[in-house]
Amino acid sequence: MSYTGWILLTASLVGLTCGIVGTFLILRRMAMMADAISHSVLLGIVVAYLITRQLSGGHMLIGSIAAGLLTALLVQFLHSRGVAHDASIGVVFTTLFAAGVILIATQVGNAHLDVKHALMGEITFVPWNTVDVPWIGAVPQATLLLFIVLLIVLTVILALYKEWKITSFDPALAASLGLPVALMHYLFMTLVSVTTVASFDAVGAIMVVAMLITPAAAAYLWTERLSVMLLLSCAFGVLAAVAGYYIAVLLDTSISGSMAFAAGLVFIVSFLVSPTSGVLARRFRAPAIAEEQGR
Amino acid sequence: MSDLVVAGLSASYRQNKVLHDVSFRVQPGTLTAIVGPNGAGKSTLLKVMLGLHPRLSGEVSFWGAPFAQVKTRIGYVPQRGSVDWDFPTDALDVVTMGLYGKVGWLRRPKAAHREQAMAALEKMGMAGYARRQISQLSGGQQQRVFLARALVQNSDLYFLDEPLAGVDAATETAIMTTLRLLKEQGKTVMVVHHDLHTVEEYFDHVLLLNRTVVAHGGTAEAFTKDQVYRAYGGALRWTGGA
Amino acid sequence: MIAGLSPNTQWVLFSTLILGMAAGLIGCLAYWKRQSLMSDALSHAALPGVVIAFALLGFKSIPGMIAGAAVSALLGFLFIQWIQSSSKIKEDTAMGIILSIFFGLGMMLLSIVNRTAGGGQSGLDSFIFGQAASMTGKDVRTMSALALAVIAAVAIGFKEWKLFLFDSDFARGLGLSGKLMNGIYMTLLILVIVIGIQAVGVILMSALLIIPPVSARYWTQSFKRMLILSALFGGGAGAAGTWISTLGKGWPTGPFIVVVSSSLFLISLVFGFQKGWLAKWRHVQAHKRQAAEPLRQNARKEESAV
Repeated sequence: MSYTGWILLTASLVGLTCGIVGTFLILRRMAMMADAISHSVLLGIVVAYLITRQLSGGHMLIGSIAAGLLTALLVQFLHSRGVAHDASIGVVFTTLFAAGVILIATQVGNAHLDVKHALMGEITFVPWNTVDVPWIGAVPQATLLLFIVLLIVLTVILALYKEWKITSFDPALAASLGLPVALMHYLFMTLVSVTTVASFDAVGAIMVVAMLITPAAAAYLWTERLSVMLLLSCAFGVLAAVAGYYIAVLLDTSISGSMAFAAGLVFIVSFLVSPTSGVLARRFRAPAIAEEQGR
Repeated sequence: MSDLVVAGLSASYRQNKVLHDVSFRVQPGTLTAIVGPNGAGKSTLLKVMLGLHPRLSGEVSFWGAPFAQVKTRIGYVPQRGSVDWDFPTDALDVVTMGLYGKVGWLRRPKAAHREQAMAALEKMGMAGYARRQISQLSGGQQQRVFLARALVQNSDLYFLDEPLAGVDAATETAIMTTLRLLKEQGKTVMVVHHDLHTVEEYFDHVLLLNRTVVAHGGTAEAFTKDQVYRAYGGALRWTGGA
Repeated sequence: MIAGLSPNTQWVLFSTLILGMAAGLIGCLAYWKRQSLMSDALSHAALPGVVIAFALLGFKSIPGMIAGAAVSALLGFLFIQWIQSSSKIKEDTAMGIILSIFFGLGMMLLSIVNRTAGGGQSGLDSFIFGQAASMTGKDVRTMSALALAVIAAVAIGFKEWKLFLFDSDFARGLGLSGKLMNGIYMTLLILVIVIGIQAVGVILMSALLIIPPVSARYWTQSFKRMLILSALFGGGAGAAGTWISTLGKGWPTGPFIVVVSSSLFLISLVFGFQKGWLAKWRHVQAHKRQAAEPLRQNARKEESAV
């Protein structure tokens, strides 16, 4: 495949994976939790690197899962001790992220891992770092990792589809039905962590938040049905990733920044023109409602 | 002259119309219960009258003037659940807040203000809890602190939102004694009330509300079986007298 | 002050001390408005404004960049308000969207500006993680003056802030305008964020606003003392973190400030007089002793009877 082809494929995989996970993030009202995990995953990766001295997919996955779960557990712990929920999130992720940055600045140097790369990703390097896969040939390592993570996310979400639906919609009901709500919460946090780390090379830690939240929020404005929302969210994710890449090429600027910006454009369009909840639709319908109430 | 005139008031809450064409007048020196089913718009009515919630249409006037001109003469006791009781402060401090308007903005309360607040706490039987952290007070005690805060305001017209919800018997007696005392001093008191059993015992006037005024007047005339049925849409077993 | 430090470093330390105090105070207001994460969203949203101000002026001017950051953060705030008030999207999602879009836009602009001549030396990258050492004497004076103004605004209106944060409906009944107070609060919050980002960076600025109040909460039950403690924690973390970051070449300031702040938080979590672990543990022990006392007296009586 061509150089651009690999980049577009990688970007689309980010859009798909983030689209699926993001839908549930929004429905479970945990958007800022994703922001937190995407930051603290950096510490997991740095620690994994310091221990093993290599940046391989497997080590990074384990490090990020540990960091993601640590974040979720610490937030839960502080909250249970009377700290407001959003303040707990703020305390935990800034601390873990700061620790990660300090380790990079003081221990790792600029050898293999630098802060800017971790934050912003560098998708242009992705096609050069390949591994050999039987029958297929050379595949970029980041693309392969993303593909595996997409399969994991799809399997976990589809296998437990109705359980995710009910725990997201009504956790109290789910608990009364005997579903392990807490376990599913941490399983979901694990999915967020692996999605984040797989997207790291392509878009970096902060922009993954854009890809997780924004396409899903845009999809949420178009539909009331979960299945439709999932499909739309994936479509918007891929659209934002591909459009972002071309915007970046056109303006010769940060690719991940442009992807976040493109996701923003998709959201703005949805926010304005969605037939059910767009601002314009509401404005045109508003006089009709007032008239009805006036009668 | 009526203390309070409400005419053709409408308001919506989250795009649902909760108040429609509400009109009534309240005479000075009355103690009125606002009664109605859940979602009847009782709390919203208070908030709209106090300018805390926007209104769609209608007029509210106090002693012939709009709220903004007379707000220092009006006291409001919000629902206990409307504030965060974990806030780091003590009972005396909360009561002193009732005097902030008189202290003057950007000035510090003086010893005299604290004495006034202390006296109000004493009236509510809470003098021994003045320096107690508010999160360590019981629900009834918190409600009495709120009432003490309203007392130091020395208003002419009081609005109370569910002051008797979830309080102990001693608090209920203390609050009702205080409200009757206010009424005897010629002040006007309106209370959102949920317990139909005690309406006749506690109040001399009743406003039955379900999105609009179902009945309003002296307790004997307004609080009848038929009217209450109408207000509650028949979804209630009659338990009162009359 | 600290012997062996250059006068410039001493000034920088002083300014991060004042900045930390201002952030600790405003953080308390944000904590009780339940808006701790709003500060995170707004500090990220400030980035495009900083870059645009630099691109328009063509050189690094602190007042210009503060103005740019303020406009950009304010726009971010208004968008968050607009999104949640006119759609079914909740506040935290709206914050996540704005935070990431504005930051993405900021990075796009930053890489364009860095590419053009002179951009590489602009030191704009230091706005991401903060580089207190790069501040000049003029920057320091501007920052300190603004931070002092913020501290004064909280101190003068102490009684009003308390009333507004505890019971804003009641405050409006007394004639204290909620709109006015919200407006001042937002102005102060944005001001602290934009003067802080040069020293701490856009990514970690929120930590300086979030962690000190949470730590202070463990020590006291009085709002006044919570404010004072939070200011002390914030100021201490600001100065100590900056000092540590001067020990290594090219070390970023923000992360060290955050780690000092987090250490103070851990100390508070364990030793805090009011809500710390030790206090709770001793409370439980005292209860146990009280409960056991009658039994022990009975036992003694029985012994003496025998």
